[in-house]
Amino acid sequence: MIHFMKGCAIAASVAMGVLASSGPLQAAPDDGLINESSAALKGKKVAFVPIAMGFDLTEAWAAGLKLDAQRFGYELTIRDPNWSVDAGAQAISQLISEQPDVIVVHPPEIQAYTRLIQQANAAGIPVITVSLKADANGDVFVGPDWYDLAVKETESMVKFCGKDSGKSGKIAVMQGVLTNPTSQYGIQAIEATLKDHPEIQIVSNQAADWDASKAHAIASTVIKANPDLCGFIGLWDNMDVGIAAAIKEAGKQGQIYIASSGGGNQVSACDNIESGNFSSYVSYDAKGQARDLMMAVRAILQNKPTTPGEHSVGLYTPLKVITKETMTADSCWKLEDVKKFGP
Amino acid sequence: MSGRSITKLSQEKIVAIITIVLVVFFSATLHSFLTPGNILALLQNVAILGILGIAMALAIIGRGIDLSVVAIMAVSVAWVLQLNNNGVDLSQAIAMGFVLALAIGLINGVLIAYLEVPAIFATLAMGTAAYGSVRAVLLEDNLVYLKAAGDSWFKWIGSGQILGVPSPVMVFAVIALLAHLFLRFAVPGRFLFAMGDNPLAARATGVPIRPLIVLQYLLTAAIAFVAGVVMATAVDSMETRVARSNLVYDIILVVVIGGIGLNGGKGGIRNVLVGTLLIGVLLNGMTIMNIPYTLQNIIKSLILLAAIIIDALMNPRDEQTSQQGDI
Repeated sequence: MIHFMKGCAIAASVAMGVLASSGPLQAAPDDGLINESSAALKGKKVAFVPIAMGFDLTEAWAAGLKLDAQRFGYELTIRDPNWSVDAGAQAISQLISEQPDVIVVHPPEIQAYTRLIQQANAAGIPVITVSLKADANGDVFVGPDWYDLAVKETESMVKFCGKDSGKSGKIAVMQGVLTNPTSQYGIQAIEATLKDHPEIQIVSNQAADWDASKAHAIASTVIKANPDLCGFIGLWDNMDVGIAAAIKEAGKQGQIYIASSGGGNQVSACDNIESGNFSSYVSYDAKGQARDLMMAVRAILQNKPTTPGEHSVGLYTPLKVITKETMTADSCWKLEDVKKFGP
Repeated sequence: MSGRSITKLSQEKIVAIITIVLVVFFSATLHSFLTPGNILALLQNVAILGILGIAMALAIIGRGIDLSVVAIMAVSVAWVLQLNNNGVDLSQAIAMGFVLALAIGLINGVLIAYLEVPAIFATLAMGTAAYGSVRAVLLEDNLVYLKAAGDSWFKWIGSGQILGVPSPVMVFAVIALLAHLFLRFAVPGRFLFAMGDNPLAARATGVPIRPLIVLQYLLTAAIAFVAGVVMATAVDSMETRVARSNLVYDIILVVVIGGIGLNGGKGGIRNVLVGTLLIGVLLNGMTIMNIPYTLQNIIKSLILLAAIIIDALMNPRDEQTSQQGDI
């Protein structure tokens, strides 16, 4: 009993401490904007429909939104369709009828959600699209310029395999899902860049559905068929580890160049550069994107467009090329840190 | 009788002939096809599909089906990698993952044998349930890298070599041999055929049907785990998203195209090998020819359709076989 009362007393004093410490916050001076901008976020509804949760990109973005939702008191709902395009479309349709203040959509391909984004806009709901550019712009796009990303990858490949390199100039391209903007704009960029470098020849251009196992099978066949292959252009780290494994198996690590790209997560990017699995890596820094996304949501909530979808803002992510030479301690980010401390 | 066997080619033989025709065609047109290195790569690339095909064959021969093999493979091995990355001793992590796979197989077996849920529904539901619950409760991420055990013997299983032969091919061969011996010589293996052919008659003659069904799904789960280990150690990671892919249809395809009827009681491991080889030769040849992805899918389905049509023409269905088509 005494213990119990002691416990109550401690709990009470802790509670009072919390109350006391929240006092000064309320007394913070108004700089003319901060109170108004915070108030504009309170009680709002934000919905996020990723392709799937559970991988580095979407987890990082969601971590950013969760942080803001707590800080400013907006309600965040995440509808996870787990790689199913149908389930994602259903989730967006459902959300349109629920009338949130903004919908954040991560489209799986260029066309899939275009109509739904337009419908949401028509229903007066602002839409932010993230990472994969859809045909409908919505109000804000946060994500990489996929064309520029593939240009950067190809340029690094040209440096290694191009003129005066003494190499064969034979390269292979590993696409993901063909209807995805990464592949659609990426392949155009690769072909356009190579026009100026006739010494480089694409001997294999295949798609592996973002699946490391399929990429491994294709890569091992291509390496056997082209013993003088100079390099691979991959378009996503999660898939490209399969190419790296095939190169390692063939005993050609360091001889066959591998250009990869992705969100710049430590285990997917910098660890693979460090170990020599990847030769170069174009990062679109998903941690930075998480912050861009937080700010885009804040901006939309504070200043709701009168006609959603009428004017679109493009927040294209700055890209950085990571190689062994350019890699620094903060080139990459760790998911557990972003989850714990925010982006 | 002997005259009949000349004119009547089994589906297995038809597929074998198509495979040989393709090998001759690719060897004549592609200079890099018929090299030892490429043939080994070809085998290596279908080894995982073949191992899973063997698991599926065991289920189908016993008049069942296991649509949860891919999910079992993905979640159990992803958990092994995660446990090991988080500091659990490698052999202990492997044991825990193996037990997890067996537990899912056991639930499958009990649902089908004792609650008499049809195998296709029980395993379809278990695949989703196992993926979802393990992902939610045990796994931190969809994609788990092979990090801690990157330099160990474990890594060798999927990326080593014996006398130039890639280890996945070796694992495939060993599993195929063991499954063949089990089906031909072990008592439960023989009972599996009896049960697949006619479960009621098998039970009437004293075959313990229910425990046999449980054993069947324990075996598929165990083989799926082995396939997962090969996959994870070949590409240094396990992407659990594979559980949501079309892989399970490819697995059923190699089994059925090889000539194991979905009605059960017939076929053997040789059928799986033939089916797997056809897919392997096709994919390998088309990749070397650099045929665009979409066109590859069309060619693949047309050749498979051709095999089925030839079989339908050469082995017309009679009253008995057409009644047994249901799973």
